[in-house]
Amino acid sequence: MKMNGAKALLESLKREGVDLVFGYPGGVVLKLYDEIYKMKFPNILTGHEQGAVHAADGYARASGKVGVVIATSGPGAANLITGIATANMDSIPLVCITGQVANPAIGKDSFQEVDVCGITTPITKHNYLVKDVNELPRVVKEAFFIAKTGRPGPVSIDIAADVFNTEFDFEYPEEINLRGYSGKYPVNEKSVDEVVNAIETCERPLIFVGGGVTGSETSDDLRKIVSRLGCPSTSTLMGLGCIDADTEGYLGFAGMHGSYGANMAIQACDLLLCIGMRFSDRVTGRIKDFAPNAKIVHFELDPAEVNKNVQADLKVLGDLRYSLPMLRNKLEESLTNFHEKFSAWKTQVVEKGNEHPFSWTDEDDKIKPGALITKISDLCDENTIAVTDVGQHQMWAAQFFKSRKPRQFLTSGGLGTMGFGLPAAMGAKLACPDKNVVLFTGDGSIMMNIQELATIADHDIDIKIVIVHNFILGMVGQWQRLFYSHHYSASELKCKRDFVKIANAMGIRGYRLTKAEELTSDLPEIFYSKGAAVIDVFVPEEENVLPMVPGGKRLDQMVLGKE
Amino acid sequence: MQKYFLAVLVENKPGVLTHVSGLISRRAFNIESISAGYTEEPSVTRINIVVSVESENELDQVVNQLSKLIDVIKIVNLSKSPSIERELVMIKVRADKKTRADLVSVVDIFRAQIVDITSENIVIELTGSQSKIDAICEVLSDYEIVEIARTGTIALSRGPIPVKQM
Repeated sequence: MKMNGAKALLESLKREGVDLVFGYPGGVVLKLYDEIYKMKFPNILTGHEQGAVHAADGYARASGKVGVVIATSGPGAANLITGIATANMDSIPLVCITGQVANPAIGKDSFQEVDVCGITTPITKHNYLVKDVNELPRVVKEAFFIAKTGRPGPVSIDIAADVFNTEFDFEYPEEINLRGYSGKYPVNEKSVDEVVNAIETCERPLIFVGGGVTGSETSDDLRKIVSRLGCPSTSTLMGLGCIDADTEGYLGFAGMHGSYGANMAIQACDLLLCIGMRFSDRVTGRIKDFAPNAKIVHFELDPAEVNKNVQADLKVLGDLRYSLPMLRNKLEESLTNFHEKFSAWKTQVVEKGNEHPFSWTDEDDKIKPGALITKISDLCDENTIAVTDVGQHQMWAAQFFKSRKPRQFLTSGGLGTMGFGLPAAMGAKLACPDKNVVLFTGDGSIMMNIQELATIADHDIDIKIVIVHNFILGMVGQWQRLFYSHHYSASELKCKRDFVKIANAMGIRGYRLTKAEELTSDLPEIFYSKGAAVIDVFVPEEENVLPMVPGGKRLDQMVLGKE
Repeated sequence: MQKYFLAVLVENKPGVLTHVSGLISRRAFNIESISAGYTEEPSVTRINIVVSVESENELDQVVNQLSKLIDVIKIVNLSKSPSIERELVMIKVRADKKTRADLVSVVDIFRAQIVDITSENIVIELTGSQSKIDAICEVLSDYEIVEIARTGTIALSRGPIPVKQM
C-alpha cells in the first residue's frame, strides 16, 4: 500500500500491538505527529521527554509489553538518555523512536542535530539509524523483536526527517532475518539434572531470585519449586514480588539494605540457587566473601552474566521459561522428602531473621517511614502496583511494602534514577487501569520530574503519590551522617516546599500528614478516594535506613542500629 | 597477560565497528590491535581482534559480551586451533648514501621489500608475525625512523574449514 514514512511507522506500531505511546513533538517529527493526529493514535504528551521515557518504562514493567516513546531530534533525543540507561540496566523492553535531521543535513552540525546512535550505543540492546524509508518496516519489526526477546532491553530507532515525508510501497515483513540474533536460548537438560542432584545432596539450600523471573514470566514455576522444596528463599530488589512476601520461609530481599535474615542465610547456606539475577554489588557485599560456604548455582539466560562478578559452581544457561519448568518437573519426580530434610534449616534461618526484623521505633507523635509504609501496605489489595523513586524511601518501601506478585514493585534498581518514580507510576496506571497504583517518593526525587503532575491531571490518571518528606536528600544525608562526620554538604532541603500547593497548582488534590494518629484517622479515606492525590508526609530528618551493609563489608557484617 | 586472536564476523553495516570497539572500551578490555575488512561475502565484514587478558575467564567475558551485539554473527578464538597470523608494516627510514647499503642488507635479511626510494629516505614493507615485525623495528631503530604504519595482526585458520563453519 502506498503511504509516507510517518504513516508507515504508525501502521508498523499497530502491527506490533502498540496501543499507546508516550511522546513529545518537535521540529523533525511534525510530519509524524500530523499522522498521529489524523490516525488518532493515542499519544500521552508528557511535560518532559525524560518523563515520557520513564512512563514508557513503567508501562513496560507493569504490563510486560514493549513501552514506546517518541521524541524529536537533538535535545528531545538527549533528554531520553537517562531513561534509556535506566531501562537498559533493569532489562526493560522499550522502543525509543527519535526524529533525526533530514538526510542531507546529517553530519553538518545542523539545528537540533545530535548523534543518537553514537550516544545510545552503550545503553541500548541495539540501535538503528533509518535513512531510507524502505528499511523502516523491517527495522521496526526487528526492534520490537530484539526489545522483547531474550534478555529484554531498550532499542533506539533514529529516523531521518525526510523519511517521514517519503512515499513508498508499505508492506510489513512477516519474517525476521537476523544472522547474529535468534532470541532463542535453549537449555541443556543435563545441566538441570546436575542441579537436581546438588539439591538432593545439600543440607542448607537457599533460593535467590532476581528480575529475570519477572522478565520471563516464570514466577508460577518458581513458586511451585519453592513450595516443593520447603526451603528458605530471598530475592534481589528487582526480584521483589516473584515470591509472595508472606510465603513461609521467605526472608525478605537481600543486600545492602536487605534483611538480616536473608543476608545471614546467604552466608550460611551450602547451596545457593540463583535464578535470573546478576550479582550486583548492592547484593553481594564484599564479593570475595559472598556466600563462602555455598555451592553457587546460576540459572541465567545471558552467558555474559555467568562468572562476571561471582564464579558459579554450576550453571544452567538458557531461558528460564525452559529451565524452571524442567527443574520443577524433575523435583516433583524426585523421591527425596525435601520438606523434612530442609525444615530444621528453614526454621533456623527464619528465627535468625526474627532476631532483627525490619523495624522502627515510635517517637512521640511523629510519623516514622516504616509505620507509614506498613500502613499503606495494609491498605493495599494484592493487585496494587507499588512504584518507587530512589533513595531512603525506596529502601523503606522495599522493606515494608508487601510485594505479592511480579510486576507490582517497580523501581529503578540498577541505575538508581531519581525522578523515575512519578512518570513510571503514570505509565504503570495507563498499562493497568484496573489496578491501584501507589508511588513512594521523596522530597528530593519528586522534584526531578515534578512537571508530570500536570500530565497526570491532564489525563486524569488515578495514582496516589506518597512523599516521604524528611527535608533532606535522605540517602546522601545518611551516608554523610555515618561516614562523613555529619557534614550535610548540599543535601539539606530546608526550604519548605509546599507540595500540597504544588499539587493544587497542577490540578491535583494535595494532603499533608504530620502526626502519627493521622495514619489511622486521615490516610485511609484519602487513599481510597477516587482520583490522583499527593500525600505529603512529614517524617523525622535523621532516620536511617537499617540494617545496612557498609561498602566493602561482608553481608554478615550488617550495621543493625542497635549497637 | 595472555594474547588471543579473535576472528569476529559481523554484518557489513555502518556503525558496527563502533559497536564492537565501544563495547571493548567500556568493559575495560585490553586490546592489542583491531582491524576490519571485507570478506568473500559482501554482506559480511571480518574484524580481527588481538585481545590481551589475565585469564581464560576474562576471555570468556570478552567473547560473551561481543556475542551479545546483534550485528555480531560469529566469534571464533583462532588461538585455540592451528592458524596463521600476519601483520603488515611500512617503515620510512632516513637513508643517505652512507646508510643505504646497510639498510638494503637489513631488508634482504628480513626478506622485506623496498617499496619507495628517494635521495633522502626509503620505505620498507614487511609482512610477517608480530615478533618478526617487532624485530625489524628494533634493528632499524639504529637508523633514523621517520614514521611507522602497522596494520595489526590478522589471522586465518589452517586447513580447509573457514571460520564461518567452525
